[in-house]
Amino acid sequence: MTWKLLGKRFGMFLIVIWGAATLNFFLPRLAPGDPIRERLFALSTQGGLTQTGVEEMVASYNARFGLDLPLWQQYLNYLVDMLRFDFGYSLAMFPAQASDLIFDALPWTVGLLLVTTIISFVLGTLLGALIAWPRSPKWLEYLAAPMLTLAAIPYYLLALVLLYVLAFSWKWFPLSGGYTTGTQPNVSLEFWWDVLKHSILPALSIILAAVGSWAIGIRGMMISTNGEDYMTFAEARGLRGNTMFFRYGLRNAMLPQITSLALSLGHIVSGALIVEVVFTYPGVGSLLYNAIKGADYFVVYGVVFMVVLALGFATMLVDLAYPFLDPRIRS
Amino acid sequence: MGTILVGQAAPAADAAMPTVRRHIGIGTYLKRNPKLVAGLILFGSLLVFSLLGPLFIDTELARPMSAMPSQPPSSTYPFGTDDQGRNLLAVAVVGLPLTLQVGLIAGLVAIVLGTVLGLTAGYVGGVTDMLIRGICDILLTVPGLVVLITVAASIQGAISVQMMALVVASLAWMWPARTIRSQVLTLRERAYVQMAKLSGMKTPEIIFREIMPNLLPFLAASFVGSVAAAILASIGLEALGLGPQNEPTLGMTIYWAISFNAVIRGMWWWLTMPIVAIVILFISLFMISAGLDEIANPRLRKVSS
Repeated sequence: MTWKLLGKRFGMFLIVIWGAATLNFFLPRLAPGDPIRERLFALSTQGGLTQTGVEEMVASYNARFGLDLPLWQQYLNYLVDMLRFDFGYSLAMFPAQASDLIFDALPWTVGLLLVTTIISFVLGTLLGALIAWPRSPKWLEYLAAPMLTLAAIPYYLLALVLLYVLAFSWKWFPLSGGYTTGTQPNVSLEFWWDVLKHSILPALSIILAAVGSWAIGIRGMMISTNGEDYMTFAEARGLRGNTMFFRYGLRNAMLPQITSLALSLGHIVSGALIVEVVFTYPGVGSLLYNAIKGADYFVVYGVVFMVVLALGFATMLVDLAYPFLDPRIRS
Repeated sequence: MGTILVGQAAPAADAAMPTVRRHIGIGTYLKRNPKLVAGLILFGSLLVFSLLGPLFIDTELARPMSAMPSQPPSSTYPFGTDDQGRNLLAVAVVGLPLTLQVGLIAGLVAIVLGTVLGLTAGYVGGVTDMLIRGICDILLTVPGLVVLITVAASIQGAISVQMMALVVASLAWMWPARTIRSQVLTLRERAYVQMAKLSGMKTPEIIFREIMPNLLPFLAASFVGSVAAAILASIGLEALGLGPQNEPTLGMTIYWAISFNAVIRGMWWWLTMPIVAIVILFISLFMISAGLDEIANPRLRKVSS
């Protein structure tokens, strides 16, 4: 790999990050309305205060947040803040920093999505490859239709159904949250068990929905791999079915699959936003949902920025790792 | 690229031009392609439902406070009513076409933009190609839903169904553009395009008479794919509360159901209507696009074992 390629790819990454930060900066300013004024009016009407001092307060807050500076200077300050992950204060939970809220929520989301992505990748790839394999038992074919169906519907709908049936009607699983309310997060075995119990349903709905799309991907590749000359030759040589399946078929059909795996690992932060909302799981998705509901713009833009950053970084790594995975494009 | 044949193949051009196209009737295609048929039937029944629905039920009942709130399905309210007194049958009649509208507008915008850009990039090549491909590549690494969240959060409040469609479309054209470009790249090198070039056809004529017809099944497949993706994105935005607050689209119905805790209150019917409608919609679109894909790309047909 040349340094030029590395530089070019890193440049693209920077452009994406810069673009996201710029979008975050300009969109709210293009929108009608002044968040500080609105917020202060809301507060003063809540408290039943007279609205006399509001204009002075708006001016002083604008000065405090640097909103009276010329636009380009605000923009530069903003970019620097973004680089330091300083997204400003949360409006809804005031003394908390938006970035603190985000970093509190991140481990929940990353943990859930990392485990489910890997499980569904392994399961889906094996199943899809077996479905396409001419020697596998006939009943596997019947699995194809339900899996395709599951892949076609948005996964949070599945989550709603599972929540209703398994948690509400049958009471097998807790209804919501990441752990029992009232317990303090700690490192005891008991707490881990509690977390596990709470995460089974969200995990199940993600896995069930994702397995199908992994299976579809590998199935197509496997069918075309099965038609290759080297497969016929391998059969003619009398290789064992297992060897042919894993070493000749699956291994060659896997490449695009690995690319998508890497890409979906990049989607880890944003992959299941709505599933988290359905289960009120304390991750980034719920944070975002509540921020949108409470018009907590700094948190919304902070989450957006983090997601763009994560995905941009992951796609860059995939692109750079690809030559190592596929010898054919190494030249 | 593209100049290899100059001076060699011209004499045989007329004789080699196939005047009779290998024509397979639509009927044969459909018989060979049960997925496409099933998908079209499902989608058609949704269309019929949303077109004929307003004749049988008063769409005013989709407004809040027009019925007894929180009623389970009964003979008066076949799909039940929600917490705010919407008749869910009426919501289905009003909401389904709205959701379809978002998908169709966004899908159409995406496919038109994508086709224009993809054709230009693929056929013209050079700097234009590099520029278009570069922009697509950069935008493709951006997580669509999340950027849409920023946009929708900024223009929240008065967002209309059409605006929603345009917001979704703004990030939906890159994938069609990329795939169409690569399709054009292979078509451009086909012998009949080279022939057309040598016989002095003008570029627009080549694009519309030689390339477009061969691109059509592919365009149809990616149009259906774009519609599905747009509906998925719009329902995602709506479920997060960023949709048109006053329009009972399917996604907004899910949003209301989630935010009023329909599950914990045991109001299964509130979720059943939108989920069933969305599932049928997605399965039909998925089957149509899989069917069209098989027509556009014969290699996908499973080798009979």
